[in-house]
Amino acid sequence: MTRAAAPRRRRLLAAVLTYVGAVLLAAFLLAPFVWLFISSLAPLADLIQRPLQWIPPHASFDRYRTIFFGADGRDFRFALRNSAEVAGLATSISLVAGMLGAYALSRFPSRGRSGLLYLMLATYMTPPVAILLPLYLILSRVGLLNSVLGLALVYTSFLTPFLTWILKGFFDAIPEELEEAARIDGASRVGSLVRVVLPLSLPGVITAVLFGVILAWDEFLYALIFTSSTAAKTLPVAISEFTSRFAVDYGLMAAGGIVAALPPLILAFALQRYLIAGLTAGSVKG
Amino acid sequence: MPRIRTILTLLAIGLVGLTGLALAQDVTLRALFMQQAAYSDDDVRNMTADFEQQHPGVKVDIEFVSYEALHNKIITAAAAGGGGYDVVLFDVIWPAEFAQNDILVDITGRLSQSMIDQVVPGAWTTVMFDGHYYGIPWILDTKYLFYNKDMLQKAGISAPPTTWQELLDQAKTIKDAGIVQYPIVWSWGQAEAIVCDYTTLLSAFGGSFFDAGQPTFNQGGGLEALQYMKQSLDQGLTNPASTESLEEDVRRIFSSGQAAFALNWTYMYNLANDPAESQVAGQVDVVPAPGDGTHSQVSAVNGSMGLGITSGSTHPDEAYQYITYLTSQPVQEKYAKLSLPIWKASYDSAAVAQGQESLIAAAKQSLGAMYPRPLLIQYPQFSTWLQTDIHRALLGQLTPKDALDDTANNVIRDKLD
Amino acid sequence: MLLPALTVVAGVVGYPFLRTLYLGFFKAPLLGKTRTFVGLGNYLQAFERPEFRAAVGHTLAFTVGSIGLELILGVAVALFLDRAFVGRRILRALLILPLALPTVVNAVMWRWIYNPEYGALNALLTQTHLLPDYRSWLGAPGIAMAMIVVADVWKNFTLVALLVLAALQTIPVELHDAARVDGAGGVQRLRYITLPGIRPALLVALVLRTVEALKVFDIIYVMTRGGPASSTKTLSFLVYEEAFSFLQLGSAAAYAFLTVALILVFVAVYIRLLQSRGVAG
Repeated sequence: MTRAAAPRRRRLLAAVLTYVGAVLLAAFLLAPFVWLFISSLAPLADLIQRPLQWIPPHASFDRYRTIFFGADGRDFRFALRNSAEVAGLATSISLVAGMLGAYALSRFPSRGRSGLLYLMLATYMTPPVAILLPLYLILSRVGLLNSVLGLALVYTSFLTPFLTWILKGFFDAIPEELEEAARIDGASRVGSLVRVVLPLSLPGVITAVLFGVILAWDEFLYALIFTSSTAAKTLPVAISEFTSRFAVDYGLMAAGGIVAALPPLILAFALQRYLIAGLTAGSVKG
Repeated sequence: MPRIRTILTLLAIGLVGLTGLALAQDVTLRALFMQQAAYSDDDVRNMTADFEQQHPGVKVDIEFVSYEALHNKIITAAAAGGGGYDVVLFDVIWPAEFAQNDILVDITGRLSQSMIDQVVPGAWTTVMFDGHYYGIPWILDTKYLFYNKDMLQKAGISAPPTTWQELLDQAKTIKDAGIVQYPIVWSWGQAEAIVCDYTTLLSAFGGSFFDAGQPTFNQGGGLEALQYMKQSLDQGLTNPASTESLEEDVRRIFSSGQAAFALNWTYMYNLANDPAESQVAGQVDVVPAPGDGTHSQVSAVNGSMGLGITSGSTHPDEAYQYITYLTSQPVQEKYAKLSLPIWKASYDSAAVAQGQESLIAAAKQSLGAMYPRPLLIQYPQFSTWLQTDIHRALLGQLTPKDALDDTANNVIRDKLD
Repeated sequence: MLLPALTVVAGVVGYPFLRTLYLGFFKAPLLGKTRTFVGLGNYLQAFERPEFRAAVGHTLAFTVGSIGLELILGVAVALFLDRAFVGRRILRALLILPLALPTVVNAVMWRWIYNPEYGALNALLTQTHLLPDYRSWLGAPGIAMAMIVVADVWKNFTLVALLVLAALQTIPVELHDAARVDGAGGVQRLRYITLPGIRPALLVALVLRTVEALKVFDIIYVMTRGGPASSTKTLSFLVYEEAFSFLQLGSAAAYAFLTVALILVFVAVYIRLLQSRGVAG
């Protein structure tokens, strides 16, 4: 063995180890989800076999047909619609409130205002169960129980602080001088926000929308308590009911899970650049 | 004068017309059901569609939630005041709580004695508290012992067990013959289901829950029941997956041929014999849950559910029409495959028995033996303690005696009523 | 301009929050017409209740277990992906998958994997002879909580990984080069360059994840409903049960506020940690 061969061999070993690690990581990340997908295609008889066959001999998209067109999928389709409406509505409201709030915090910082920011963040720490009941009674009094609008309003309470936080980070990065030019031309604060700051921080706005939709799509406890019928039940509630209702058809449960996961997954992958930017917005500044 | 008369007549016609219009205005009822197999969602939808057809002007919006969510939905709707449900499906264990909290309307005055007499006697206890009727029983249900005929035959067993001890003996024979690894499966997940199985055993061993307000389930038959459960688990005769199973898991395990015996509700009989749902279709038979031979010959728990009218309902009359329709004999006999009728006469009807003769035969014995779970206002709290402590014993954290003593002490400490 | 945001937050959270605080001093049945003032009675009673003490224990076990694993795994994966190799970008994109998966779907997915009779985990372990026979995972106390932790870690460690990865990329390469010239080894560089560089990101991840973990409800609700033997009953689940199953609003409110207090203790400790490090560094 020559002296030159040792480092080369070590480098080769490092490369091999790197790829072994990469494959293991990929498998760990993918395996559970892939199994969920396979389960949604395989006939029940294959799923409950022992020893389990990992690649089912027969696969079909029948369950997806059931979910989208069949009678058993009726409640699920309503839930899909409700989830989309709640997420869209809640994110829109929170985005407007969050943009104005973030702009104020970014442009006129003061001790009192940053206190407000922390106060808003503190609401994020409140466990939903702590406000569930009074909220329930309020919603019922104003007739917003079991309604998409009511649920969306509730969601704005945790989306707004979160979006404000993200947007403030983006607004801080835009030099104020850029706005001054606009204001000299007679634009108001709101005008310069709309015409100057927003276009420049478009990535921030996209990030905020992305987070709003993902968080609203994910929420479970409020939806569980505040909705009761197909008029307002969201996907997480419908999915949790799948487990008691279709305990016998694991495949249908899996198909429902896949369909419920697709919208946020597609959004997140399509906009992954913004997702990561949003995640790091708060942390890098420390 | 004739002029005036004409005007009056016209006015009268107008008034009648107006009231007629008011009558014709649609009444919409909101009804809450659970999504489970005893009367499937489709059954309930079809029954309701027929009702609407026969009662023009009354529309019913139906909602389904899981059993686990049913209690809390009824409660939260009541807490919110008006605008909630008109008709709710409720479990046998809730009338005390619901009556106390004024959730359900007392319909004692609406029921005729002849109607009361035509119903299977035990069924009424489902909806009664303190001598008053808070609804009409609808899903008359108890747990039966299901068995796989082919497996018993293969093990050389000629007849299903008639005592709980015999069940263990037969299960051991089947296990030793290598026919199935864990012969018995139960719904012993931490939920109301485990209390149902425990109650069945408690009644079989001659136990009771309370005597003069004092807990008695931690001694005698109540203690034996838990010891029996633990023993069957320790001997490997009960499937260990039972401790995380609910009724639907039991059905799947039994229907895929992984168990020789299962304790489950009525609905499993026809589903386990349906080739589309089961790999053991045609091999399934049913008998009443056995007794212990001395205190009892058969045992059963009252697992029925009733339909009631909520106190907040603004249309109690239409709501009453709706629940009497759903519980009526013709409707129940038409949908008798997953849930058996409440009417005595139905059990002698050839049409009802057709294709499910052994279920009807078992029902005739079991329904008379239905044992109630305790009638407590704070039943959900009691049940949660009991579920937890039974689990602790089954999973080896406490001895059966200590476990039941713990629940009993909690009851005494909090003066549960 | 802050008004809309504040209105939303104060209106939807502020009043109910104060209302719950108020109710915590009463014995208040959900449906009862009468309310009796009991002062701190609900709080004192909470500490006497074995259920409450157990729930605190389960919540802490879940929090410490999942956060610990998420940090270790997250940092390890971030360090791994910070190196240059082909395929790194694909892996980085894959980290988004668990993150975007709805929590309830994640819970349903793992429950299916853990199924005692047909689950993939049992199949995998028996086919590779690591386990002699199928077993129950969510039906055995102790193990059930560990399995829930695994499901939670799978979904959330990628958040830590992504945050740390972003922080790593802000550390100038020259810093490492200079240290190497000065003769610093890999361990030393990790300790004196990498760790200080990612500390802010780690702290954010730690606070976010801890607050979420202490509030945990949905994964428990879907996977075990607090069983077996109530060994996975966490504080949020206990509050839910106390209010909506047992109808005891007053004690539910007290439990909820003790949960808030627990969260505040954790956050205060974290902020303290950050500040002391900031001064020392």
